[in-house]
Amino acid sequence: MLRLYVEEKMLSITTFVIVSVIKIVIALAVLLTAVAYTVWLERKLVGRIQNRWGPQRVGPFGLLQPLADGAKFIFKEDLTPPYVYKPLYIAAPILSLVLALTSISLVPIGNWVTVRGVRTPLEITDVNIGLLIILGITSLSVYGVALAGWSSNSKYSLLGSLRASAQMVSYEIALGVSLVGVLIMSGSLNLREIVDMQGGHMAGFIPRWNIFRGQIVAFFVYLAAAFAETNRVPFDLPEAETELVAGYHTEYSSMKFAMFFMAEYANMITAASIATLLFLGGWHGPLGGPWWLQAILPVFWFALKVFGFIFLYIWIRGTLPRFRYDQLMAFGWKFLFPIAVANVLVTSLIVALQK
Amino acid sequence: MADILKSEQSPSSVEHIEAEKGVDQPFLDATELILNMGPQHPSTHGVLRVILKLDGEKVLNTECVIGYLHRGVEKIAEHRTYAMFNPYVDRMDYVAAVSNGLGYCEAVEKLLNVEAPPRAQWVRTILTELNRIASHQLWLGTHALDIGAITPLFYTFRDREEILKIFEKYCGARLTTHAFRIGGCLYETYDGFEQDVKKFCDFVTPKVDEYETLLTTNRIWLERTKGVGVLKAEDCIDLGVTGPVLRASGVKWDLRKAQPYAAYKNFEFDIPTGQNGDTYDRYLVRVAEMRQALRIIRQAVDSIPEGPIMGKVPKVMKPPVGEIYHSIEAPKGELGYFIVSDGSTQPYRVRVRPPSFVNLQALSKMVEGALVADVVAVIGTLDIVLGEVDR
Repeated sequence: MLRLYVEEKMLSITTFVIVSVIKIVIALAVLLTAVAYTVWLERKLVGRIQNRWGPQRVGPFGLLQPLADGAKFIFKEDLTPPYVYKPLYIAAPILSLVLALTSISLVPIGNWVTVRGVRTPLEITDVNIGLLIILGITSLSVYGVALAGWSSNSKYSLLGSLRASAQMVSYEIALGVSLVGVLIMSGSLNLREIVDMQGGHMAGFIPRWNIFRGQIVAFFVYLAAAFAETNRVPFDLPEAETELVAGYHTEYSSMKFAMFFMAEYANMITAASIATLLFLGGWHGPLGGPWWLQAILPVFWFALKVFGFIFLYIWIRGTLPRFRYDQLMAFGWKFLFPIAVANVLVTSLIVALQK
Repeated sequence: MADILKSEQSPSSVEHIEAEKGVDQPFLDATELILNMGPQHPSTHGVLRVILKLDGEKVLNTECVIGYLHRGVEKIAEHRTYAMFNPYVDRMDYVAAVSNGLGYCEAVEKLLNVEAPPRAQWVRTILTELNRIASHQLWLGTHALDIGAITPLFYTFRDREEILKIFEKYCGARLTTHAFRIGGCLYETYDGFEQDVKKFCDFVTPKVDEYETLLTTNRIWLERTKGVGVLKAEDCIDLGVTGPVLRASGVKWDLRKAQPYAAYKNFEFDIPTGQNGDTYDRYLVRVAEMRQALRIIRQAVDSIPEGPIMGKVPKVMKPPVGEIYHSIEAPKGELGYFIVSDGSTQPYRVRVRPPSFVNLQALSKMVEGALVADVVAVIGTLDIVLGEVDR
């Protein structure tokens, strides 16, 4: 009896490891491809906004451009300026990229699936405090930027990283508080449960997404804070190229620069995924058709929502100028933070009254 | 650390760093930071070098270092005949080459005591005003880019292209046009010139509105430009600042009205002015100037007189002994030429009063107490061209 139990346990651990490795490989491949094609999409869309074509020479519609970019990054001279503090100078981009890639492992992209009798969630690991861990990891990413600026031993880099540290720490608070409303409503920190709460419809046709259930203010606070967290226009002060040359990554070249670049876009995808999961109903959407379509559709809806969010990122980049440092701080602390707190109070009041 | 520096860098750069250390010494015990911005920097519009003394992000002091693009244009003039020097003036303010040529040709004409025929005056006015729009478009695009809006740049360059096409059709060159000659214009207008210019006016009028939809009421744009780099009218006059920068401070001074030259006295147009003298007002004034320029062009195209395009000038130009100062309203401000003649075929001395150079003086006054981001905005709003600052 005992022997049988141990054997079964061993088997399940083996399958767990195998399934996890497969999932990690797939997730990494998908994410890195997504990062590459987000860059392509950005160049294409911003090009369209600006009356240009964007990349179109490498492959059809310039679709192979990311490959060409990657090859270029690899073959560029990897220049290390002589006066940098080498250990941190090398560690900073690695840290940035690793943290950006890690946070995606907790993002569920669909329901449980069963393949050959093995039942597994569509994410690398299902943690009951997934959201907290993601927030923790993304807030660590400020170290990559701060250390890069400091270890480069360049004034522009230093100014860029000072801005980045202040900005990311400040907006982290507004970002965190804006999510509390959703947490109060769903009563869970598990991303899967938060999404499950949002299934179904209200009044027959409105999806029960959190954004439609009174969290619209929180969504916009999150939107602004997420833009600042990922250092995107109009909050791209840390790398404001017209002021600080290239900000914290001024002294980086070749793959080290590419790592920062990839980290930025991976963070964008993470931020878009969290917005989708918390406010836009995750993978919920109209289902129908044969069984295989029903299996794929949730992932498709999730990807579509993430795409919409990223489209918004790019659209805004083509439209808005950049904030100034003091205005950025004032906006974060005097505008976003109070609104986020008010949203938490109102939400908790309503939830309490409903009970 | 120091050993690494010595082994991996050339001796001259080590000396340079040590020399800079010496300069920094008095500030090292304080919280101040000396930031060297330029001459290689994305938004110093060329090779301007600004040394900033910073307290965090706040600017305590600035110092402009110029001369990285000095070519000795004024000295060259002393070894060229009057006609031979004409192409050189295009290379000063290279985004408004036509205006430069107009100022120089009119100055020499005054010295020679000849006048260009009316038809040439009209063509000159049209081309100069087209160039004013081109210059302001380039300014608007780069200024918006400095503040972080990347899209207006492409819109303005797209529309500026149409102006350059007209220049190319007229005289074969797009940027450094050398369109005018002493005594008139060398080329007769090509067939369809009037239609092309009219078509351009109709094309660009809605485009100016398009630039405005992106910026004029944009909250971030307002916050970034309102109250930034304020320059009062008295300060402008004290510093000799001219052009849109002066007018944005509320001084209604435009040489096209004050001392009309070319054919300007025949056209109706307004002088747009601002009140606050901040970056936003300068933006509004320049946009309004584009519209006024279109108004002038429309009137001029409809009334081009017939007649010769080139006046009677001697083959060998030998102006009488004397001196002349003639100034025009270039897109950036008052562009003056002071020419001394000793009666020979070459000028004894040419001195250019470039608007960019004089306006640049105001930079340190405008950025006092501002932030680093404002320095970039103010350099943009002054609309300097380093080719003209350094000559």
